[in-house]
Amino acid sequence: MNVAADIEARELSYAEAIREAMDVALASDERVILMGEDIGVYGGAFQVTGDLIDTYGPDRVIDTPISELGGAGVAVGAALTGLRPIFEFQFSDFATLAMEQIVNQAAKVRYMLGGAVSVPVVMRFPAGSGTGAAAQHSQSLEAWFAHVPGLKVVQPSTPHDAKGLLLAALEDPDPVMIFEHKLLYKMRGAVPEGHYTVPIGKAEIRREGVDVSIVATSIMVHKVLEAAEMLAGEGIEAEVIDLRTVRPLDRETVLASVRKTSRLVCVYEAVKTLGIGAEISAMVAESDAFDYLDAPIVRLGGAECPIPYNPELEKAAVPQVEDIIEAVRAQVKGRL
Amino acid sequence: MADTSPDNIPFAISAYTPERLRGALRQMYLIRKFEEGAEDSYTRGLIHGTMHLSIGQEASAVGACIGLSETDKITSTHRGHGHSIAKGADVGRMFAEFFGKETGYCKGRGGSMHIADVGKGNLGANGIVGGGLPIAVGAALSAKRLETGAVTVCFFGDGANNEGAFHEALNMAAIWKLPVIFLCENNKYGMSMSTDRSTAVASIADRAVAYAMAGASVDGNDFSAVSEASEAAIARARAGEGPSLIEAVTYRWRGHSKSDRNRYRSKEEIAEWMACDPIPRMVQMLSDHGIIGAGDAARIEAEAEAEIVQGIAFAKESPAPALSDVTRDVYTKPAA
Ligand SMILES: Cc1ncc(C[n+]2csc(CCOP(=O)(O)OP(=O)(O)O)c2C)c(N)n1
Ligand SMILES: [Mg+2]
Repeated sequence: MNVAADIEARELSYAEAIREAMDVALASDERVILMGEDIGVYGGAFQVTGDLIDTYGPDRVIDTPISELGGAGVAVGAALTGLRPIFEFQFSDFATLAMEQIVNQAAKVRYMLGGAVSVPVVMRFPAGSGTGAAAQHSQSLEAWFAHVPGLKVVQPSTPHDAKGLLLAALEDPDPVMIFEHKLLYKMRGAVPEGHYTVPIGKAEIRREGVDVSIVATSIMVHKVLEAAEMLAGEGIEAEVIDLRTVRPLDRETVLASVRKTSRLVCVYEAVKTLGIGAEISAMVAESDAFDYLDAPIVRLGGAECPIPYNPELEKAAVPQVEDIIEAVRAQVKGRL
Repeated sequence: MADTSPDNIPFAISAYTPERLRGALRQMYLIRKFEEGAEDSYTRGLIHGTMHLSIGQEASAVGACIGLSETDKITSTHRGHGHSIAKGADVGRMFAEFFGKETGYCKGRGGSMHIADVGKGNLGANGIVGGGLPIAVGAALSAKRLETGAVTVCFFGDGANNEGAFHEALNMAAIWKLPVIFLCENNKYGMSMSTDRSTAVASIADRAVAYAMAGASVDGNDFSAVSEASEAAIARARAGEGPSLIEAVTYRWRGHSKSDRNRYRSKEEIAEWMACDPIPRMVQMLSDHGIIGAGDAARIEAEAEAEIVQGIAFAKESPAPALSDVTRDVYTKPAA
């Protein structure tokens, strides 16, 4: 698993962990370049690239003009022809301007050419709500990307995974989309020094339990863990699964947990309908684990609306700890 | 004493009545005071999220809008407070929007980046750089088909001129000879990227040639120069002669948003531009030509200040939206 586990871990913020991953990659592989808006002297809108330009210079830490379609496409073309670009969208919402290059080109070119080429591009997407930035700067669009064969989609929830998944993405020959929740950037946690990877396609059980399996992504992992502690006080032991990769899904970890607990709750920030929760639910419903279910599956996702500006409305639009507690309690006690 | 011989009379002095000119000065003060009030409210924690201030750019907003009536339209940007005020918005409702109140222009759903005043012809600020460019062309297409006689002024920044939408919008406006004015507020930077680094041509107005439309570059801190170029473009649009591109060269005094450390420009440069403050220049012009007398400017400034104080009080007292309304207005006719 963790090839550098023997190296002592320090605490870093999630943003620092990502920066360190990029630093490790830039230092060890000449082919790696960073591209994005204001990632140079500005240090990135969320200060993720920080001062990397001081070490690697403007030829490897490249500020693009405000040109998402072109910028992402240049990264795709460079990846096709020998470079290893890490492209930062300033906000994940602006990827909507670049969908052509991501969905029609990056995801499909290998297949369309009969396997003649690969596109080893990494794209980073600061995502999610909670910053008061309203409807066009707060979306969680990972399911859009996960719907496209040819792309891989990850959502690290800890500083450790943010670094390890980014380094794994760079080693992956295919396009990897990394969704980083903006509210996690300041979160601190243990991060090993040097190079290590976290496998793409592998979920992580963050808390073991026997009464209910809660599958969560990104920032919701932390809300679910908080809810699980409260529920434990009521005698409900939740197993908390951090999905980590949305595509390809880690079927086995989820199904094994459901077979054990007989209950499934999915929690994610993106709009509830037609999202990741639907896929997880269907995966369970289509499998032998279905026979183990003692209660209907529950999904908690974002409200069916854009993210509103008003801070109270903004909170009301995404699942909160209390919502999770209530839903799990109702499911386990059979009051659904 | 300024030269007031007929040859040296500024365009604005000969084109507008003293009352309109005093009104324009009043709007410029109102914008400045509004931005200062917004900044102060932000510091006091009354505003959630971020905001983009247009201090130093008042002449371009007011100069571009003085020739418009309420039936004419504008599309605005993330740095849109000045545009809203120049198009006649009520500052109380603008502050109410900042404070996330139900009485705000977007009922607290949009915040600073989405203020619109459709009744007054302001189709809205935009969280997406370049997002307003095609919308403005659509508004101009409506005006042409419906024969309303309306023109549309499309505000955008120097950064937006590198989005693909810029090219597509200007080309369609030109081939269909639509009544739209593309008004680029070139404040030298798109976030941290100077136009020297982001844009190959020396003047954004040079790009007009590529669309066979009229182009002009003017001193954006000179109210008269902006109004002169805008009136000429409005006249062309109303005469069915198609679109124009105007570059108003100006400068933003404040950081890009609330999190900017200004590492990409020098204090000297900022100071130099602050010395070209458009408001004293306007006061000077009006007093040179006898439009205002001693004490008038101070009185107009005090009136603007009072309007801001009143607006903030209105906003503070206004009710917050109901949480149960979080999904209201997603659709015109909600599903049963
Ligand atoms: C499509 C898109 N890309 C990036 C951003 C982030 N962003 C917001 S404003 C801005 C700078 C815009 O520069 P400019 O058009 O010159 O306007 P100014 O801020 O100078 O008024 C950037 C990069 C965005 N909102 N939308
Ligand atoms: Mg600019």
